[in-house]
Amino acid sequence: MNIEQLLKRDSFIELTARDRARALLDAGSMRELIGPFDRMTSPWLAMQGVVTQSDDGVVVAKGTFDGQPYLVLAIEGAFQGGSMGEVGGAKIAGALELAAEDNRNGIPTGAVILFETGGVRLQEANLGLAAIADIHSGIVDLRRYQPVIGISAGTVGCFGGMSIAAALCSYLVVTQDARVGLNGPAVIEQEAGIAEYDSRDRPFIWSFTGGEQRYHSGLVDACIDDDSALMRTTVRDLIARGRPAKNRSERYQDFLACLDSVDASLQATPEMVRNIYQKGLSS
Amino acid sequence: MKAVVQLEESPATHRTHRTHRTHSRGLIWFQKLTNNAPINPGYAASVLVADADLAGQRARYIAVVPDPENRFPRVRNGEVGLVEGWQLGRAVQEVIDADHANHTKTPIVAVIDVASQAYGRREEAYGIHQALAGAAGAYASARLAGHPVIGLIVGKAMSGAFLAHGYQANRLIAIDDPEVMVHAMGKASAARITLRSVEAMEAFAAKIPPMAYDIKSFASLGLLSQSLTLQHPDNPSVEELQIVQQSLQAALESITSDPVRDLSRRLNAKNRQASAKVREMLRAQWKGDRP
Repeated sequence: MNIEQLLKRDSFIELTARDRARALLDAGSMRELIGPFDRMTSPWLAMQGVVTQSDDGVVVAKGTFDGQPYLVLAIEGAFQGGSMGEVGGAKIAGALELAAEDNRNGIPTGAVILFETGGVRLQEANLGLAAIADIHSGIVDLRRYQPVIGISAGTVGCFGGMSIAAALCSYLVVTQDARVGLNGPAVIEQEAGIAEYDSRDRPFIWSFTGGEQRYHSGLVDACIDDDSALMRTTVRDLIARGRPAKNRSERYQDFLACLDSVDASLQATPEMVRNIYQKGLSS
Repeated sequence: MKAVVQLEESPATHRTHRTHRTHSRGLIWFQKLTNNAPINPGYAASVLVADADLAGQRARYIAVVPDPENRFPRVRNGEVGLVEGWQLGRAVQEVIDADHANHTKTPIVAVIDVASQAYGRREEAYGIHQALAGAAGAYASARLAGHPVIGLIVGKAMSGAFLAHGYQANRLIAIDDPEVMVHAMGKASAARITLRSVEAMEAFAAKIPPMAYDIKSFASLGLLSQSLTLQHPDNPSVEELQIVQQSLQAALESITSDPVRDLSRRLNAKNRQASAKVREMLRAQWKGDRP
């Protein structure tokens, strides 16, 4: 991006979850379900002396995208690291379930999910995990009818069980600032030691899980500049592609063949990953 | 807080870093339930797949077991790693494809004893999240295609590993035993991430059911269809094997006679009221778009 473009652009990453949803949907079409005034807060955080938020960090926005009924599920990374608790998780899962039901009733509702999340909210541990299982189920059901588009823009990243959810989407969009991975760097360091993963080494972490690396490894479909208009155009292009013949999560043959060619006695480098996946996943 | 520093990576350091598990309940129960049926070739040594009897019909049994020789060093104690995730997906998708045109769908039994997902640089590098999605997506697809899917928790069911292997089941059964636990993260890591001490974590877990690690607390969340108390979960007697087989049969009957193929049966517990309330509110607000 040159300076002129930079000045003109309307950053997507700097928007709140609610504003991101509004920026994606057709102008004036957004209607929020279980909004802040419904006061559905986490019943578990208050019991632990943690301040709750009246949307539990998840925005369920219903509206249209180019006239088609669309749902945007946006996670607010600024609240508890975008973690999934019972209420926020149920908002996402429940909305996906209703969108799938719409399709069975002849209404072609699609979904975009904005993943800014560290995964399970540990203060609600097993209920967060259960909600994420419901979200997985909801995505797999809905993607049979409409493409489900995941976006991880930044700056929280997308981790834990929610990275599995992102990997279940029909398409996944990232920016350079995004990171997508299963285990957060601090957890890997805790479990495996600092020689395995140094959670303070940011260039190292981005070189493995950053948006650009994920794009060049075929693990996401688009890596774009941080610009709201461009995000909308990208979503439009992906919707136009329709459902993929095979979802990435169904390509076990291709991925297993790639993993067969990995020399696991060597520690991985970003280049090794790109080489192997560019060869093995291109078809 | 500083993590334990490991200087060089070698199998030896890994064994000392984590206590190496000398037995695998997953393996024990997989063998008992399949009655030593032939194991499908072509899978990793850590992923066991066999087709054996369940209530007079052929079912697919799947387990993840420790493999001390696993070529990925962070996947030797029964963790679900890259290859395991994709192989689970394969084991399930093969059944879906084989039954595509059949009216009767082969039941799938996930025997669950998974220490965790694999934590490592190789795993993140090659996209372990995508591998686990391969497994979770396949199980969900099988359930939606009409395959009865039963998860039998005989040991640990931790976090991403459980999401990949079993959490999509129509029915979950667990053995109620101290070695059986379901959780989102190990205690030490959970304490680090929430900036709490392990003692503080345990104090909260005693009061807040979703934070607890034991099966009784987990059952109170409404996520299990049955929990079973056995005297010898590591060395089941013939009677105890029968108890588990009967439970699997009952689950199978319950699934086949149930028109609902989603996970909504799990929403009825008192400790999961908000999950049901959110759905009720969403449904009430769903319609009402401008014409």
